[in-house]
Amino acid sequence: MWKLKSFLKPYWLWCLLAPLLMIVEVYMDLLQPTLMASIVDKGIMMNNLPHIVSTGLMMLGIALIGLIGGAGCTIFSSIASQNFGNDLRVRLFEHIESFSNRNLDRLKTGSLITRLTNDVGQLQTFVQMILRSFVRSPLLLIGSLVMALRISPVLTLILAVSVPLLFLILFVLIKLSFPLFAKMQAKLDGVNTVLQENLSGIRVIKAFVRARQEQKRFQTANKDYTETAIKANRLMALNMPLMMLILNASIAAVLWFGGLQSWNHGLPVGDLIAFINYVTQLLMSMLMLSNMLTFVSRAKVSADRVEEVMAVTSEIDQAPGADHEAVQAGRIEFSQVSFAYDEEDENLVLEDISFTVHPGETVAVLGATGAGKSTLVSLIPRLYDVSSGSIRIDGTDIRNIHLDHLRSRIGFVMQQSILFTGTIRDNIRFGRPAATDEEVEQAARIAEAHDFISALPDGYDTLLGQRGINLSGGQKQRLSIARALLIQPAVLILDDSTSALDAATDSRVRQQLKQQMRACTTIMIAQRVSSVIEADRILILENGRIAAQGTHEELLRSSEIYRDIRQSQLKGEEQAAHVES
Amino acid sequence: MSNLNNRMPLPMPGRPGGFGGGPGGPGPGGGHGAPAKVRAKNRGATIKRIWSYLNRQRSALILVYVFTVLNAIFSLIGPFLLGKAIDSAVIPGDYGALVHFCLLLLGIYLLGSVVAWVQAYIMTAVSQKTVFELRRDLFGKYQVLPVQFFDTHANGELMSRATNDIDNVSNTLSQSVTQLLNSLITLSGSLVIMLALNVPLTVVTLLTIPLFLLSSRKISGLGRIYFKTQQRHLGELNGFIEETVTGLKVVKQYRREEAEAKRFRVISGNLNKAGIKAQIVSGLVGPVMNTINNLSFALIAGAGGWMAYHGLATVGVIVSFLNYSKQFGRPIAELANQYNLIQSAIAGAERVFEVMDLNSEYENQGDKRPDKLTGDVAFEDVSFGYKPDTLILNGVTFEARAGEKIALVGPTGAGKTTIINLLTRFYEISGGSIRIDGQDIRELDKNALRSQIGIVLQDAHVFSGTIRENIRFGRLNATDREVEEAARLANADGFIARLSHGYDTMLEPEGSNLSHGQRQLLTIARAILADPAILILDEATSSVDTRTEMHIQQAMKTLMKGRTSFVIAHRLSTIQDADRILVIQHGAVAEQGNHDQLLEHKGVYFNLYNSQFKQAMEAEVS
Repeated sequence: MWKLKSFLKPYWLWCLLAPLLMIVEVYMDLLQPTLMASIVDKGIMMNNLPHIVSTGLMMLGIALIGLIGGAGCTIFSSIASQNFGNDLRVRLFEHIESFSNRNLDRLKTGSLITRLTNDVGQLQTFVQMILRSFVRSPLLLIGSLVMALRISPVLTLILAVSVPLLFLILFVLIKLSFPLFAKMQAKLDGVNTVLQENLSGIRVIKAFVRARQEQKRFQTANKDYTETAIKANRLMALNMPLMMLILNASIAAVLWFGGLQSWNHGLPVGDLIAFINYVTQLLMSMLMLSNMLTFVSRAKVSADRVEEVMAVTSEIDQAPGADHEAVQAGRIEFSQVSFAYDEEDENLVLEDISFTVHPGETVAVLGATGAGKSTLVSLIPRLYDVSSGSIRIDGTDIRNIHLDHLRSRIGFVMQQSILFTGTIRDNIRFGRPAATDEEVEQAARIAEAHDFISALPDGYDTLLGQRGINLSGGQKQRLSIARALLIQPAVLILDDSTSALDAATDSRVRQQLKQQMRACTTIMIAQRVSSVIEADRILILENGRIAAQGTHEELLRSSEIYRDIRQSQLKGEEQAAHVES
Repeated sequence: MSNLNNRMPLPMPGRPGGFGGGPGGPGPGGGHGAPAKVRAKNRGATIKRIWSYLNRQRSALILVYVFTVLNAIFSLIGPFLLGKAIDSAVIPGDYGALVHFCLLLLGIYLLGSVVAWVQAYIMTAVSQKTVFELRRDLFGKYQVLPVQFFDTHANGELMSRATNDIDNVSNTLSQSVTQLLNSLITLSGSLVIMLALNVPLTVVTLLTIPLFLLSSRKISGLGRIYFKTQQRHLGELNGFIEETVTGLKVVKQYRREEAEAKRFRVISGNLNKAGIKAQIVSGLVGPVMNTINNLSFALIAGAGGWMAYHGLATVGVIVSFLNYSKQFGRPIAELANQYNLIQSAIAGAERVFEVMDLNSEYENQGDKRPDKLTGDVAFEDVSFGYKPDTLILNGVTFEARAGEKIALVGPTGAGKTTIINLLTRFYEISGGSIRIDGQDIRELDKNALRSQIGIVLQDAHVFSGTIRENIRFGRLNATDREVEEAARLANADGFIARLSHGYDTMLEPEGSNLSHGQRQLLTIARAILADPAILILDEATSSVDTRTEMHIQQAMKTLMKGRTSFVIAHRLSTIQDADRILVIQHGAVAEQGNHDQLLEHKGVYFNLYNSQFKQAMEAEVS
């Protein structure tokens, strides 16, 4: 948790002032009972009215000075804690932005979002508490102790019994409850998982009429959680009454021994009253401290979660002196590339892949679901690093190319099109914000998106996302393609990115690409043989290995898998040929 | 139907959750980060409903009240006895009386703690069980709400109702309710005792009350404004975080990290500014209350001293008053804090009840439960619109006889999926009728209807659990052998066998350890296992490669035998053997017939087909 304290450094002045002002407030609080004792002993007992009045006024003044201290502490601690949270949030966000895909696969998106929001918020509150309550309670505790000692060291001995007892109880309770609360959190995750799945799969559940079964599943998770929560909270419910008992018993003891002291050793009654007040204050502040400890444990959990993210570093590292100009024509060479998602896993997703794509060539990758096609192309912009072997672009190992440069020369259209809130224009311009409207339009034309965009009432200025319109899958894919084209890449990668287009549009997009992006080295993953026939070369991937490669004609002769795939798709078309002839 | 439509749109509350003004720590200097969330609209009715939930545990609740009252009484007696002890034992030097008072105090304190513990012990269970029921009921409601509800609400928002909002209720129930009662009793009890002890000094003590009320109202009024601003910026930030983190792969790919970070800094900075203001204002509650407490202390000491000097009060009475003034101030400060907490809990409960009040989709359904349908489906002049004023389907009429394979083709957005949505009664038609086996589906029990329909959707939804459990979802009483047979038929057995734990492999949430295609194979196996009379395949194989698809097609053919099936597919090659092809265009059936008939007809289908086919042939030739 202390690793995060460096985020407070810029605000050291506030962090210093806040406790100092709190000392003022506490000191003023502590003075009150002493002055009160003085009113009783020197005023009432000695029939001294002026003393009563002046001391009373002094108490009023002291209360007001205390206000200045308290308010000042609040202001400075708020400034420090909020700024701390802000800095931490920004730093965390920037760190998350540096994550590789492998990092992202492991730390789920949802969990990253909670860490950025909830956990940072928890820590922020915690810092504020440290600067205020965590200063106040110990100060009150020590101050009361000093004052109590000054009045009567003998009576203070009572505290030698009650304080350790308080600590003991606190220690035992925390020890017992901590694992329970951790368990409770885990059970809550279980409840949320069922809920989440039900919300996203509601159609399936309804279609299969599985509401009752799901309710049972939820009931189990819900009950599990509730039982644990009751157990944990019941344990904590012991805290307050036990503490109060010790506090009150101490007061009874003070009364007893104080009474004896008063008779035998002439302890003034006013002092006894003040002493009772100090003891109350002391034990109360211990109680506050114990309450705050639950916050410490909660903040600790949040800090751990934040630090866990901070500790993750992208394995995609930049070699020193990485090349800024390596990618020119776009010649890609895979040599003996193997890859596994999990380093410990021996399950290779890709194995011994070697091939070369010459500048301007179009290579298509075909293969069964799970054969490793997407993985293969995601290695090129270093979304993942190869486990062994190497990939070279224009002769330079991609690990020696500056990441920014590498990615800025590769247009990558993913299987799933992700767009952002904003206008269509902004979305297409995402990779090159400086592009002119003409360039945006040109890219949209090539991607066969211009027509449907123009047909929208607001054209390129149509808002997408939450409050804007929602596009169909095919439209989103075309925008993603336009977005990739706009950066004028040397290498274009299309990961099955026309799957939602109907065949006619798909074919037009390909024609456009062929004509307009001639110099661009293209690697495309496809399902349809008809989409890959025109490719300069076709790679057939099977179980992570290249099973065959060559042109359409070559493969028809040499590859049974290819013939199989083609057969599976042409069946219908041949039939149609009969009808037409 | 129209009734349902009118009730659907829920007011969208601010973005769920996030961080910021959660309840801060207790403590004299701590104050509460008062969460000034959306204020409750119909407070009375909502409280009454929460009450009705609590009331289900009436006996426990009555015990809680009894113990709360006892607890408050015991805490009132303490200061009274303490003052008495000083006046009648310590000052006169009465040894016997001192023993008496000390033992009495000890006894009262002990009882008080026991009572407090019993109260908390029971209340924990009461509040947890109440939220358990709330959560259960909300979840149950989610299960019976029409699909439209889920299509029009973000999952995150619905999640937040079941988590954040209910948690809010839970926290308040376990603390505020009893504390409120306690505060009230302490308040009135203190007042009575103080009046009995000394009327003028009581008046002095009460002098600071208006100050209490005034300052807490001022502060919370100001706080509400600042918290609203904070909440708004928070919503903006959360939205930005969600979108950027979800789309991080794209951000990285286009090297927009720095630009996005810059935007983040701006939004976060705005929140920071608003947050500082909100925290300062809410943080002031503590010191201000503390100061007023001290003022009251000073007043009592000063005025009490003056009165004692004039023989109008005793020292013991002053001691009692000092204690009571503390007890008096605490509940008032507490009430101010509790007020905010309770407000936000009521608002949370309101959002929960809002969902619970929506009509179940099972409310207006038929009651006929046919044992086994044969699967004759007839659409007659069916019209439908997601919004009342724009029709998606208009006059759709077609027929499917039992066992036929019906293909739906047409451009995206033409209404193919909508037809499926109507058949399953995910949505209700606006006009016309749909009949199955001659029976209007509106006369059928929805679950009876749906259990005869097997469905495979594009998004291949799987649940956390094992592969086996996911397939068995189709038919709960299926044996392991049947599950494996279904997987084999769906061509899923190959990849399952390669997994380290085979059928017992645990799927991660959202099935992230499988590819989309693999997940789709599982859902196909699930449908096969369900053995339905009517089968719906909505782009079921669009994410599966064609060779795998061919194998599935074989299995599908067997599966479809004897069942009426509706197939939506992009690849026309997969639906050519359909008994009937419906070409859907602009919300109506433009053409229908089998493949050959439609080609002969040389209409929409002919063109559609040619574009796909030509492309393949041309490519072949070149």
